[in-house]
Amino acid sequence: MTLLNIKNLKTYFHTRAGTTRAVDDISFSINKGEIVGVVGESGSGKSVTCHSVLGLLPQPPAKVEGGSVTFDNEELLDLPKPLLRAIRGKRISMIFQDPMSCLNPYLQILDQIIEPILIHENVSRQKAEARAIAMMKKVGIRDADYRAHSYPHEFSGGMRQRVMIAMALVTKPDLLLADEPTTALDVTVQARILEILRNLKNDLGIAVLFVTHDLGVVAEIADRVVVMYRGKIVEQGETRDIFKNPSHPYVKGLLACRPTLETQHRVLPTVDDFLQTEVGKDGSLILSERSDTKERIAGLEEQVKSGVNQNDTLPLLLQVKALKVYFHSGGGFLGNPRKIIKAVDDIDLEIPRGKTLGLVGESGCGKTTLGRAILRLQRSNSGSILYNECELTSLSQSEMLKFRKRMQIIFQDPYASLNPRQTIEQTLVEPMLVHRIGSNHSDRRDRIVSLLEEVGLGAEFILRYPHEFSGGQRQRISVARALAVEPEFIVCDECVSAMDVSVQAQVLNLLRKLQKRRNLTYLFISHDLSVVKFMSDDMMVMKNGQVMESGNAEEMYKNPQSEYTRELLDAIPESTPSY
Amino acid sequence: MTGQTSTVTQGSSLWKDAQARMSKNKFAMGGLWVIVIMFSLCFICAWFCTDPNQVNLTNKFAPSSGDHWFGTDALGRDLFARILYGGQVSILVGLIATAVSVAIGIVYGAISGFAGGRTDAVMMRIVDTLLAIPFLVLVIVLQATLSDWSGDATRWIVENFKWDKEFTDRLTNVVPLFFALGLLGWLTLSRIVRAQVMSIKELEFVEAAVALGYSKARILFRHVIPNVLGPTVVYSTLTVPGFIMYEAILSFLGLGVESPNSSWGVLIKEGANFLETEVQLLLLPGLFFSLTLFSLNFLGDGLRDALDVKAAKD
Repeated sequence: MTLLNIKNLKTYFHTRAGTTRAVDDISFSINKGEIVGVVGESGSGKSVTCHSVLGLLPQPPAKVEGGSVTFDNEELLDLPKPLLRAIRGKRISMIFQDPMSCLNPYLQILDQIIEPILIHENVSRQKAEARAIAMMKKVGIRDADYRAHSYPHEFSGGMRQRVMIAMALVTKPDLLLADEPTTALDVTVQARILEILRNLKNDLGIAVLFVTHDLGVVAEIADRVVVMYRGKIVEQGETRDIFKNPSHPYVKGLLACRPTLETQHRVLPTVDDFLQTEVGKDGSLILSERSDTKERIAGLEEQVKSGVNQNDTLPLLLQVKALKVYFHSGGGFLGNPRKIIKAVDDIDLEIPRGKTLGLVGESGCGKTTLGRAILRLQRSNSGSILYNECELTSLSQSEMLKFRKRMQIIFQDPYASLNPRQTIEQTLVEPMLVHRIGSNHSDRRDRIVSLLEEVGLGAEFILRYPHEFSGGQRQRISVARALAVEPEFIVCDECVSAMDVSVQAQVLNLLRKLQKRRNLTYLFISHDLSVVKFMSDDMMVMKNGQVMESGNAEEMYKNPQSEYTRELLDAIPESTPSY
Repeated sequence: MTGQTSTVTQGSSLWKDAQARMSKNKFAMGGLWVIVIMFSLCFICAWFCTDPNQVNLTNKFAPSSGDHWFGTDALGRDLFARILYGGQVSILVGLIATAVSVAIGIVYGAISGFAGGRTDAVMMRIVDTLLAIPFLVLVIVLQATLSDWSGDATRWIVENFKWDKEFTDRLTNVVPLFFALGLLGWLTLSRIVRAQVMSIKELEFVEAAVALGYSKARILFRHVIPNVLGPTVVYSTLTVPGFIMYEAILSFLGLGVESPNSSWGVLIKEGANFLETEVQLLLLPGLFFSLTLFSLNFLGDGLRDALDVKAAKD
């Protein structure tokens, strides 16, 4: 029986820059007790669809231009505000991406969970509290009676998301809208949340609209999948059918460009290898399948064969011994006892020249601190860092300057890592000026142009500002900036984590290509085990500042030694549906 | 993105872009024009105005006429001339004091926020201490000290540059006031700049700059400060009226502009005495004053938007 029916929905954004067709004529439906996954990359309109259902978009600039959304045979789009409010939180609930900012930090958890009950139902506070605590138990919060009186900051990210779910489900809604509910969480936590959602669906018989960018998560949880691309639905159907036998070239590309643990080859296919986009006469997009997909993929395999490195014993470029970085928290001025956080606790690692060491761990495990400490961006407490047989920890800041040219870093957030007030040319010329690379202005200009070409950008961009580029392009500029000083060693700190899978594949391929061409050595840091495994020769798993396991990437995947590595491997959503 | 055709899009600097965006903003351009006209009127008024200090007791409180466009005041002096001459002092106070306070405020606040730790703590306690002392008392002390040198300064300028003695005297009398206001007006601004700098220095492009081996000074002046200019520009245009008002208060206390010279603050104060009978004596200088302030505010908002590179280019 159809619960939610979206028909020819069109949501446009009208801004001064023009009209964006965020959701352009889409139709799908959700049956009672069914989980439908809506997948797409950023800007595909998946979240806008989700928000349109409850009228949660800011109007203006958003405007629903047409179509209908019926819920239980009732039209939602032109429902008067008071009636819509009666449905929000009672019959349709919603959970959001960021559990850190979705809870009111000044209210106890219990007060926040009972609030929707008290608003929508005529029950006593005692009864509401009893129901809230029962629901907290259901979503897996232990000691619910006691913890109900805590404040949000006393909960971890995963626990807060459970609180959000409890809050959404405590009114026994028919439909749950989940907008990227696990994106901000670690994989092991994500696995638990998905399990909870699946169980709740079976127990309570609720339907879920699950919005996500992660195909693996969809495969794990959804009965049916809707794939969106630039505001349109390109394919929808049973999860199993779509994963086994995708018909649309975009979906094929999307499935192929994710590095999985099984991926053997060294270069990833990208969506562009499958999909051809043309702009039609009326300005709309025409998507078609490439005729030469097979040849292109085969070409990738060719690159792989020539790229295989033999296991020679290469000279070590970097050797870290017993490195410790401690932080002090709290206390200080008025003499409260200080807490010591051991961010990096006695770590050894070695990287041979021209190789990649992958560093995996969940948030807060100290992997970023380790990367920064190696580059001396973070003071270490003890231990040694030998770079090319030169001890870095004893160098002063000014002595360190000549090493800055040889060691570089690429950051996670391509929006924050470029100075918004400098053009691309200024951004790229400055490192050259500081390190006296290039003889004169035109020589440096030539170098910039060739750098940009190397990272796949055209020379016509050099006078633009960072905000005129997409996330993927900005990350290419960050790579170009790191390369401007001609380094030998680069720390990639979560450098593809903020990206869509199709862009991620392009950047990973770029890093691979550059490594081969310039004989670069990488320390590749990420929370995503499959990406790290794809990129690395050797791999290291970190937890609470310590190394859990290290060794050859392929072997570690096949035969994990530590309990924690196994747990991480199990938590990764399967790339194909598990049922 | 083939990158084969290297047709570089015509380069546009930050300032050129800002100019283009600015010229599209009608309010800001209107404000700019009002200010330009007001300033030129005030500074060329000697050519077409009568002597503002010419007393004529037989013709006091005259209504507007061909001779006296705005009428005359309680001593029969031409109000139009007094407003324009007064504008010279007020505008200079506003601009010089603001320029001095912005220069000190940005550098002080940026260094404090960027250095952090103990340096920051010490620098901010100094600001706190200065903020705790009543502003006017400080200005009075500072101005008195600076004024001691004004006689020497006049003599020095007259000897070395052969300037007109009377003009130089008038200048050296008010300049200490400008600097006294500016030297103390930066306190709040440095707080604002410091807060901005502290949030910007956490961004990854600053860390990238450290990793690229840039010096601290280069990071501060090329990467951090340009990113705090927007809020600073707006705040500083809002401080201009404040300084003009302080000048009026100090003149009232006999520490600013010396009688019979005028300024907008002095005129408004004088006009307030005749509020019930001759309201134009208050309204007309007030009109010039508020027109300038409105225009400055529009200009400030326009400048902030123009300096924001993220604003749409079209």
